[in-house]
Amino acid sequence: MTVYVLCIFLPLIGAIVAGFFGRAIGDRASQIVTCGCMIGSAVLAVPIFIEVALGGGVRTIELFPWFVSGDFTAAWALKFDTLSAVMVLTVSVVASAIHVYSVGYMAHDKSIPRFMAYLNLFTFFMLVLVTAANFMQLFFGWEGVGLVSYLLIGFWYDRSSACAAAIKAFLVNRVGDFGFALGIIGVFWLFGSVDFDTVFAAAPAMAGKEFVALGLSTDALTFVCMLLFVGAMGKSAQIVLHTWLPDAMEGPTPVSALIHAATMVTAGVFMVCRLSPMFEYAPSALALVAIVGATTAFFAATIGMVQNDIKRVIAYSTCSQLGYMFFAAGVSAYPAAIFHLMTHAYFKALLFLGAGSVIHAMSNEQDMRKMGGIWRKIPITYAVMWIGSLALAGIPFFAGFYSKDMILESAWGAHTAQGQYAFWLGIVAAILTAFYSWRLLFLTFHGRPRADRRTMEHVHESPPIMIVPLVFLAVGAIFAGWLGYDRFVGEHMGEFWRGAILILPGNAALENAHHSPRWVQVLPIAVALAGIAGAYVAYMQRPDLPGIIAARLRPLYLFVLNKWYFDELYDRIFVRPAHALGRGFWKAGDGEIIDGVGPDGLAAATLDLSRRAVRLQSGYLYHYAFAMLIGVVALITWYLYGRS
Amino acid sequence: MTAFSMTDLATVAPEIFLAVLGLALLMAGVFRGDRASGWISWAVVAGFAAAAGLVWQGGGARALAFDGLYVSDAFSLFMKQLTLLGSGLALVLSIRFNDREGIARIEYPVLFLFATLGMMTMISANDLLVLYVGLELQSLCLYVVAAYRRDSVRSTEAGLKYFVLGALSSGMLLYGVSLIYGYTGTTRFDVLVEQVAGHGAPALGLVVGLVFLISGLAFKVSAVPFHMWTPDVYEGAPTPVTAFFAAAPKVAALALFARVLVGAFGPLVEQWSQIIVFLSIASMALGAFAAVGQTNIKRLMAYSSIGHMGYVLIGLAAGNVSGLRGLLIYTAIYVVMGIGTFACILCMRRQGRTVEAIADLAGLARTHPMVAFALAIFMFSMSGIPPLAGFFGKFYVFMSAIEAGLYVLAVLGVLSSVVAAFYYLRIVKVMYFDEPDAVLDRPIGGTLAVVLAGTSTFTLLFFLAPGPLLARAQAAAAALIGG
Repeated sequence: MTVYVLCIFLPLIGAIVAGFFGRAIGDRASQIVTCGCMIGSAVLAVPIFIEVALGGGVRTIELFPWFVSGDFTAAWALKFDTLSAVMVLTVSVVASAIHVYSVGYMAHDKSIPRFMAYLNLFTFFMLVLVTAANFMQLFFGWEGVGLVSYLLIGFWYDRSSACAAAIKAFLVNRVGDFGFALGIIGVFWLFGSVDFDTVFAAAPAMAGKEFVALGLSTDALTFVCMLLFVGAMGKSAQIVLHTWLPDAMEGPTPVSALIHAATMVTAGVFMVCRLSPMFEYAPSALALVAIVGATTAFFAATIGMVQNDIKRVIAYSTCSQLGYMFFAAGVSAYPAAIFHLMTHAYFKALLFLGAGSVIHAMSNEQDMRKMGGIWRKIPITYAVMWIGSLALAGIPFFAGFYSKDMILESAWGAHTAQGQYAFWLGIVAAILTAFYSWRLLFLTFHGRPRADRRTMEHVHESPPIMIVPLVFLAVGAIFAGWLGYDRFVGEHMGEFWRGAILILPGNAALENAHHSPRWVQVLPIAVALAGIAGAYVAYMQRPDLPGIIAARLRPLYLFVLNKWYFDELYDRIFVRPAHALGRGFWKAGDGEIIDGVGPDGLAAATLDLSRRAVRLQSGYLYHYAFAMLIGVVALITWYLYGRS
Repeated sequence: MTAFSMTDLATVAPEIFLAVLGLALLMAGVFRGDRASGWISWAVVAGFAAAAGLVWQGGGARALAFDGLYVSDAFSLFMKQLTLLGSGLALVLSIRFNDREGIARIEYPVLFLFATLGMMTMISANDLLVLYVGLELQSLCLYVVAAYRRDSVRSTEAGLKYFVLGALSSGMLLYGVSLIYGYTGTTRFDVLVEQVAGHGAPALGLVVGLVFLISGLAFKVSAVPFHMWTPDVYEGAPTPVTAFFAAAPKVAALALFARVLVGAFGPLVEQWSQIIVFLSIASMALGAFAAVGQTNIKRLMAYSSIGHMGYVLIGLAAGNVSGLRGLLIYTAIYVVMGIGTFACILCMRRQGRTVEAIADLAGLARTHPMVAFALAIFMFSMSGIPPLAGFFGKFYVFMSAIEAGLYVLAVLGVLSSVVAAFYYLRIVKVMYFDEPDAVLDRPIGGTLAVVLAGTSTFTLLFFLAPGPLLARAQAAAAALIGG
């Protein structure tokens, strides 16, 4: 029990020490404390994984009650089953690598303790989220990671673009969180409890129950699940609520790696999988999950093709991969989603940290058009970027191959319309993924150097403290899929998951995946190779080709380059009207009505009265005498009338 | 009518002492000439102190003299001492001023003395005619001191205006007295009480007479609409005279007001209360609004005093013991604050010449930090900011108004004090935040400094020990209501 609690709370201790006493104990001590806590947590996560996931020791540890209010109760509790054990292990291991990497990457920053404390705090919230035993605690972790994400995106708060990005991330997430909160309210309304076990046990009985809202009869469980999914869309940057993720790249690169690739953004996927006992009874909601996921996978991949900022390419790639995970969950292949989540955590963290290493080498240059020809100078970074890209593209025997193939085959195996939709969009996205990944590699490392001479002379391999985590993650990116395949989605699936995930017998996508036709199994690999070949032609052999294509297909190119005009659209629909409304309330409401009538109006009226009162004092004696006599007459008159 | 006895004389001992002293000093002055004005002034101040001692010795027991024309009780004790304090301090402020302005003459202190004698007569009057005699003695002296600077057009204009309007108000007052006498057959207060208490509704003529009487008295306390003389006279008269006007005659007139309305017409409180309410509201409002537009600090103080009289009249309108107590406390605090403020105004000299614009106070906090601090205390106190003395004055009158059910009056009072706070605080702002364009003269002089220190300390620290004043005011109010 101590091991379990300590594993979750060590990062919080690190955050408190570095956050409140960072100045006192200094940079070096802060780094040691936070990295120590994080690695300690990761080390403890291993026996937990062995005991819970492999040994079957599922347990819930009640810490202490949180809310006790009439019928409504919620406790602080740590729920350990295979799902959370996988998540705890993935999060803590990847976070450890990134913590160590940050020591090197942020070496020249002014506020190292603050950064390390945020990283620790973030990991704590993420661990609380994945071990939540009820909706309230899930929401606590959910909001906690949102908060730290805000703090980390805006870490360089003296840059206005970073502040704007932080605010954008927070606000867009609020939209999702609002849906999530409504969903939790709906859960409590439906089930009378927010405890997972209670809710899951009652879910089958709720299937098909309807409620009437606005005169329309709606399936209650589907409605609640859709609301919860809105929360997941916000956190996992799915289409329509995705706009914050690319902007979040304003944060330091380790942050992008930890939060916006490996862990936090996967919280939505985790949530859908965790709530599989509910979603399974809400087929319409599942269909929505699949469609949104597939659309995002395709949509984000198209944008990724034309981005020039190295981190943004990877950010859109993340967005796209999250789409894969969602449509896997949408066709009831939750294990495949979690499997991809796990492998993706390794290779995406690797890609981001590799990109960070490139940026580090290029004197903080992020534009790929100003790179090129540096592969000989930073061979290790170059190698790990290859490994990451191979894993991402799903080339056989790298981590991504196992999980991504399984997802696509499951989509095919679902034998549903949304399954087909997801499969074909997934295939197209796979071509694009391979294309933009190698576009990134070729533009960054090959060709003629396009940076100025000073930068080129300065290009150097990163220090060991950054290289070691990269190599560590590279190992994960190579072997994670091969190691996990059998247990996650293969033969030993049933005994591995042990009821942590519920799949109704009717939704046999994952089972069918193992028996899919050969062409379905080969097609993803083939298109990935085709994408790589395309990128080689366009960026190595005929570097003029992309320009020609862009000119020919100019409208399409502009559409994609401008990210499908989502930002512009939101600006028109939401930002500007809200701005105008706020301005209206400020200028007309507050300024003219409240101030105008209130303080300013009263003051003006007082001054006006004062001028009149002063004018009464004419200085003429007869005026004064007249006033007195009038006064007497008035008083007597009033007195007489007042008497009667 | 019985021949007066030595007991009668003992009752009026302070007044007799002042009268004899006045005559003696007048004679001495005539023989010694204007050079003697300095020591004569100090002699008058000493005389005031001695008179206050005599008043104190007389005690607060109720005693009638001269066949009931004259009364001495706890109320008169309180008011007379306050009057003597105000007159004395105003005279102290005058001495150096008159020297520097070259208008030091022996008549000046003697006129102060006789004016004060008139006030004391007013305070102790138990008869409408004695009231009138005291009032005229005071007024005639005041007319003269208002125009005391004979070569100044503004000063003489002020004196003349005051005289003409004062005569008008005296006429109204006398007319009221005659009506009252006609309908009741008496001029003595204690008989009047019995007369008006006996019958149900008072006769119409009596009521009209009472209104005229109130108008005459309202003129003396400069309540709206009988206030018109105040700004012109305050501005025109020499500053120490203005300080005198702001303090002593107000006390005497308020005492008279209270004694006539509560003492003689107490049973008709329903009748006169609404008039006092009207006067009070009008005074508070005009005092607050008109002062906002002033640039001359003496004129501003004139409107300020009109406003303050409005607050004092709230206590009178309440008509009960706590109202009267509020009136007495307010008056006492007002006299101290008023004298202190005028002491600050007397510091406003530049290259030997008096300046009076509010703008001249700019940067006072840097050039005269102590004076600025004292003036800030007075301004905060006048606007009623706790814990300064002025807050307590307002607190007690508002509380009595609430007790008497005069909610509208109390609310309007609080609102007008908000407006008034604006111009008080503006003075503080000018002193502390504006850039000085020319420096005021230094030093300010020993007597001024002593008066300033005393009054500001009282204002600042009153909240530490309000007990003695409260107790005495309570006794004085009870004496009036009870009698």
